[in-house]
Amino acid sequence: MSQTRETWPETWHRPPMIANPVLRYGLAAAVLVYALWAVTSLPFDWQRAAEGLARAQRIFAGSIPPSFERSGLLIDGFLESIKIAILATVGGVLLSIPIAFMAAKNLAPKPIYLLGRAIIIVARSFHPVIVAILFVKAVGFGPLAGVLTLIVYSVGFVAKMLAERIEEIDWGQVEAMRSVGAGYLSTLFYAVFPQIMPRQIGLSIYQLDSNLRASAVVGIVGAGGIGSTLANAFGRYDYDFALAITMVIVGAILVSEGISGQIRKRIW
Amino acid sequence: MLKISNLVKRYGHGEPVLKGLDLEVPGNSVVAIIGASGAGKSTLLRCINRLVEPTSGTIALNDIVLSDLKGRELRAARRRIGMIFQSFNLVDRLTVMENVQSGRLGYLPFWRAASRRYPKRDIRRAYELMERVGIAHYANKRADELSGGERQRVGVVRALMQEPEILLADEPTASLDPKTSEQIMELLRSLSAEFALPVLINIHNVAEARLYTDRIVGMRYGKIMFDAEPSRLDKAAMDEIYAGLPAEERGEEETPAPSLQVSAA
Amino acid sequence: MVELDAHPQDWARYTPGQRLFRFLVFLASVAAVVWAVMSIDVIWPWVLDAPEQMGDLFGRMVPPDFSNLSDILWVLLETVNIATIATAVAVFAALPVAYIAAQNTTPNIATLWLGRFILVSSRSVNTIIWALLFVAIFGPGIIAGIVAIMFRSIGFIGKLLGEAIEEIDRRPVEALEATGASRLKVILYAIVPQVMPTFWAVSILRWDINLRESTVLGLVGAGGIGIVLQSAIDTFNWPEAATVLLAILALVILGEIVSATLRKRII
Ligand SMILES: Nc1ncnc2c1ncn2[C@@H]1O[C@H](COP(=O)(O)OP(=O)(O)OP(=O)(O)O)[C@@H](O)[C@H]1O
Ligand SMILES: [Mg+2]
Repeated sequence: MSQTRETWPETWHRPPMIANPVLRYGLAAAVLVYALWAVTSLPFDWQRAAEGLARAQRIFAGSIPPSFERSGLLIDGFLESIKIAILATVGGVLLSIPIAFMAAKNLAPKPIYLLGRAIIIVARSFHPVIVAILFVKAVGFGPLAGVLTLIVYSVGFVAKMLAERIEEIDWGQVEAMRSVGAGYLSTLFYAVFPQIMPRQIGLSIYQLDSNLRASAVVGIVGAGGIGSTLANAFGRYDYDFALAITMVIVGAILVSEGISGQIRKRIW
Repeated sequence: MLKISNLVKRYGHGEPVLKGLDLEVPGNSVVAIIGASGAGKSTLLRCINRLVEPTSGTIALNDIVLSDLKGRELRAARRRIGMIFQSFNLVDRLTVMENVQSGRLGYLPFWRAASRRYPKRDIRRAYELMERVGIAHYANKRADELSGGERQRVGVVRALMQEPEILLADEPTASLDPKTSEQIMELLRSLSAEFALPVLINIHNVAEARLYTDRIVGMRYGKIMFDAEPSRLDKAAMDEIYAGLPAEERGEEETPAPSLQVSAA
Repeated sequence: MVELDAHPQDWARYTPGQRLFRFLVFLASVAAVVWAVMSIDVIWPWVLDAPEQMGDLFGRMVPPDFSNLSDILWVLLETVNIATIATAVAVFAALPVAYIAAQNTTPNIATLWLGRFILVSSRSVNTIIWALLFVAIFGPGIIAGIVAIMFRSIGFIGKLLGEAIEEIDRRPVEALEATGASRLKVILYAIVPQVMPTFWAVSILRWDINLRESTVLGLVGAGGIGIVLQSAIDTFNWPEAATVLLAILALVILGEIVSATLRKRII
């Protein structure tokens, strides 16, 4: 077989991911230049950051042990967060249903579809904190702004997932309903809703969990709940109270994650 | 020369899987280990390179006692033992060359391994061996693009790259079609002669074992029941190794009408 | 054939126990909603007023004022840099954490729990809360922002990467251990190639998320476009705020497109 042995090279290089060398080195150079530029162009305030160590020490010293002295405030804030999360979930999920139908390619006419998609994209693109400051400006500080914010946040996720589910429903059932002369609404109720219901329940539980997390955050810009309590504690340099609040938030998130996981497992 | 004496292996607190095993493999012979499923063949091979920790007993390879080495010394000893696996155990997403060179990892400084700057000598050797088994033109292909037979050849070359003093093969042909499986057995046999290597092969196919090896070791319940050249493996010996197993599962292809007499173990 | 009489005469979708459970869950949900509505600290007439207020706010934003657009875009670029740098650093910091948090690679039980502790604490504290802390430490500015995003990302990346490590094929690892390769080289040759696809996918996904998060850091003083938004809002300069919002929208959509293309290219 190998009378005249082929001569194999004495060096070996891994075949590069990008075959074209110009593109490869060009890309590498571009990444390098970008990295350098990004690091050097940012207005770092090293002086100030350097003092951070001492400040960090002060903060940690001030935060230990965590103080549960004003646990009344803590509990109020926490309950408010739960209320915000519940109402926003209900509102968001209900609002998601019509929007999802608008944004389902197979059910909605083109202009409605585009409108539905646009609503979802806008709702998804803005971080809840941004939505929250706008609502705070519009309706004032407090839980109302929080609920409205998280409704928008819920729509961004729930409507998107729901629309995807609607797009993949089984058309046989819809046509069966239509063939017996059912109207639009009864088709919706008997052929479409049963198919999307399980997904909708799962999404609602997931969203309740997300809303609880998010409600801690939007509070920081004044939209009520435990986030507001935390921001106030930070603002008044009550680091021991802030640590207590953070611990409660972390605990609540872990518990809620566990519960929502369990329920979702049970329901299916 | 491989010398195993009084080897015992017990997983957890159960019955020992190997019950005081003695085995000597001198020089460069090809030895087949046969036995029913669960007899302890894999456990025996894995005790030799210490992928499995022996419970007691000693294993020595060329007068170096392997069974109580640790850390760096164990790794140095493992370099001298090549292993070939039933499911090839290649790194799918790496190229054939990288898989082959990973046999040299024990010898290579870290930076060379990380930057894939393999020494010229290793590259030359890799191409020689790959050419020898017929896969040199695949050097730059990813391992998961090859067929089963080709992948096992990569596995063989990886083991040979270690410059081993012994080759352990755990059912190297079990996932291959009959034709490819014969090619691999033939390859192992000729490599053994070429490199003066002792080769231990776990195998279920007794017909292949007879054909391609110099010596057959039969195991049953952690003990060696038979140890002789293939021609001496007669029906009585087979019955003793595979007692209680229906003939179709013995791996022998052309068995005469089975006698249903069960010899007590 | 199936015994036909074996089937029950009355067909019910759920057993009575299941029905009861479902009913109780439903009841509890309704009770929770009622409780929330009754006790939340909201002045209800204001709720009716809200649409008008929103409309009013929106009215003040139109038409957007583009006169500061170049400044806004510049800060937007800075925001991208914050997200990119933080993601890049976090990706590397997450590697050892993932390694010790994966059951099959962690050196011992103590390191396993250390790894899990790092992941959980990083993941349960939101970026904004991390930012609040780091603004207190480093003072307002982008350093606090970058560090905050990093801290949150380590948990996210580390968790997904750790799960990928736990799911790798053990067999090549064993094969390389059998060649006498050291631990580090086994990681490099048998583990790294297997988790590479997940590594890229998770990094890109997190970069996309971080892009969004970095747009709000400024609202707690941690740098980026949020600062511009905050000052526009504080000075009631709504037309400019509208421009900033549009810029953020464009950035996020662009980021999504970029990450989708990258994902397709690399994996
Ligand atoms: N890691 C392990 N932990 C516990 N028991 C094991 C382990 N590996 C093997 N065993 C047990 O040891 C016995 C021998 O197994 P071994 O794999 O050595 O058999 P084998 O002869 O190679 O079988 P096969 O022909 O099926 O490969 C079996 O009963 C098996 O269940
Ligand atoms: Mg075996």
